[in-house]
Amino acid sequence: MTARIPRFPGVELGPKDLESGVVTTVRYRPEAKFAWSAGEAMTRFLAELEQGRLIARECKGCDRILFPPRMFCEECYRPTDAWVYVRDTGTIETYSISYLDTDARRITEPILVGVVSIDGASPKMGMMHYFGEMSKDDIRIGMRVQAKWRAARDRTGSVLDIEYFRPMRGG
Amino acid sequence: MRKVAVVGAGMTLFRRRLQETGKELSFEAARMALDQARMEIGDVDAVIHGTAPDAFDGVHMKGEYLLDGSGGRRKPYMRVFTGGGTGVFSAIAGYWHVASGLADVALVVNEEKMSSCQPHPQSVFAYIWDPILDRPLRPNLVWIFAMEMNRYMTVHGIPYEDIARVAVKNKRNAVGHPCAQLPDANITLEDVMNSEMMAWPVRRLDISPPSDGAAAVVLASEDVVRKRRLKDQAAWIKGVGWCIDSTMWTDRDLVFPEYVNRAAKMAYAQAKIDRPRKQIDFAEPYDPFDYKELHHLEGLGLAEKGKAGLMTREGITERDGALPVCPSGGLLGVGNPIAATLGIKIGELYWQLTGQAGKRQIPHEVHTGVTQAWGDLMQYGCVVVMGT
Repeated sequence: MTARIPRFPGVELGPKDLESGVVTTVRYRPEAKFAWSAGEAMTRFLAELEQGRLIARECKGCDRILFPPRMFCEECYRPTDAWVYVRDTGTIETYSISYLDTDARRITEPILVGVVSIDGASPKMGMMHYFGEMSKDDIRIGMRVQAKWRAARDRTGSVLDIEYFRPMRGG
Repeated sequence: MRKVAVVGAGMTLFRRRLQETGKELSFEAARMALDQARMEIGDVDAVIHGTAPDAFDGVHMKGEYLLDGSGGRRKPYMRVFTGGGTGVFSAIAGYWHVASGLADVALVVNEEKMSSCQPHPQSVFAYIWDPILDRPLRPNLVWIFAMEMNRYMTVHGIPYEDIARVAVKNKRNAVGHPCAQLPDANITLEDVMNSEMMAWPVRRLDISPPSDGAAAVVLASEDVVRKRRLKDQAAWIKGVGWCIDSTMWTDRDLVFPEYVNRAAKMAYAQAKIDRPRKQIDFAEPYDPFDYKELHHLEGLGLAEKGKAGLMTREGITERDGALPVCPSGGLLGVGNPIAATLGIKIGELYWQLTGQAGKRQIPHEVHTGVTQAWGDLMQYGCVVVMGT
């Protein structure tokens, strides 16, 4: 009963309390290492990325081309049917101009990042990636873009085999 | 199903860093809720504990780790975790224990201690992403909210100031909350609109702060309410709903939270609500970012698609407006200790409906309120309707 409670529990600590050592803290750095199996769908997807291609799975139950590919359709809840190549072009569905890096540290040169729906896949199906060869003033939702692939010798079978998506020439 | 009431609630301060451990915070909040319900731990049949990622604390089995603090020892006990949705979902789990008849009294305790994680809890959010598709891009959690906000703003043509007004309203509402971390009676629209750009279109004051805190509610069956003469301090749970969408978030249009809408329809069907805007008097939607309050009002059917910003601009969602929204001060004003937001969501509905909200009390009579929380990769929604 917030109106009738005179005092709410909780002792607030500020940075000085920690620095001065009046408050006891115990420090620990976890060490955990992982080797993930990429799985059936992603193993093929990553292998195709290394070849400079994007691939999807077709589901005949709902007539969708599922991208990124998966071995089962979450809509029909049945196995998907076939591998289908899709294009490396698409449309920016949304984006952000980020002044924060992964650890929420401030950066001065913003990262352009967003979601691209991929041509050849069903509507709105796409992937997150970076954008390049455009400024923060050029980028907009609906912009047509194309993958900028790394040189074949530099590809490793990773989403990073695409360096970024850039404006589509003549698109 | 049996009728279930909230008969007591408690919460600690919400602060960037508190000295108490998670167990100690859980105990403080649960003890306060039991005292208000005039009960002892022996009166409790089952305990439900809500808490978010284990990585914040660096302790797996977090539910077990915290159970002594939340009163779960030697009782039917479970920990629930639905990301940010835990703040409301744990009360739904408590509800089904009592509604089913398996328990007459259930104690729901939610705790979060984000400050343990150094240097910033943001670092461990990196581990929510798909390890193969997303993680190589080293995404920051704010990015995806920025992407959702951009999609929502741009498709509907919503001006940024209509979104920023939500932050102003909630931080001002929080002035009346005794546990609030970021209340600000003098904050202006310009303050929010000129605050540091984090990830366009999200600025610093569009975001709720990470916090430590705990909250608890006591749920009781109709029999218990009658026998213990708790009717004057009871608020009834009228409907519950929850829904999750695919984790493949790059395959969905982020403009509308379909999963919130489905959860709302489930709760409204049980509560016999078919015209939410007319039948619901106030709302406590989840507001970790200012645009989320608007997005969720639309998902809850309390605003037409793309129109929630206009309602905010017109003052409809102010505490004395026709549809008060986040009269608690919300996550933006009171703080965002993820699961512990139970205290400003379910807790606020309880305090408002029983006339105990003090300085935050909605000035006109209210009989029905709705609350909602949201979590995971922009995919999870849960909704609770409560009434007098």
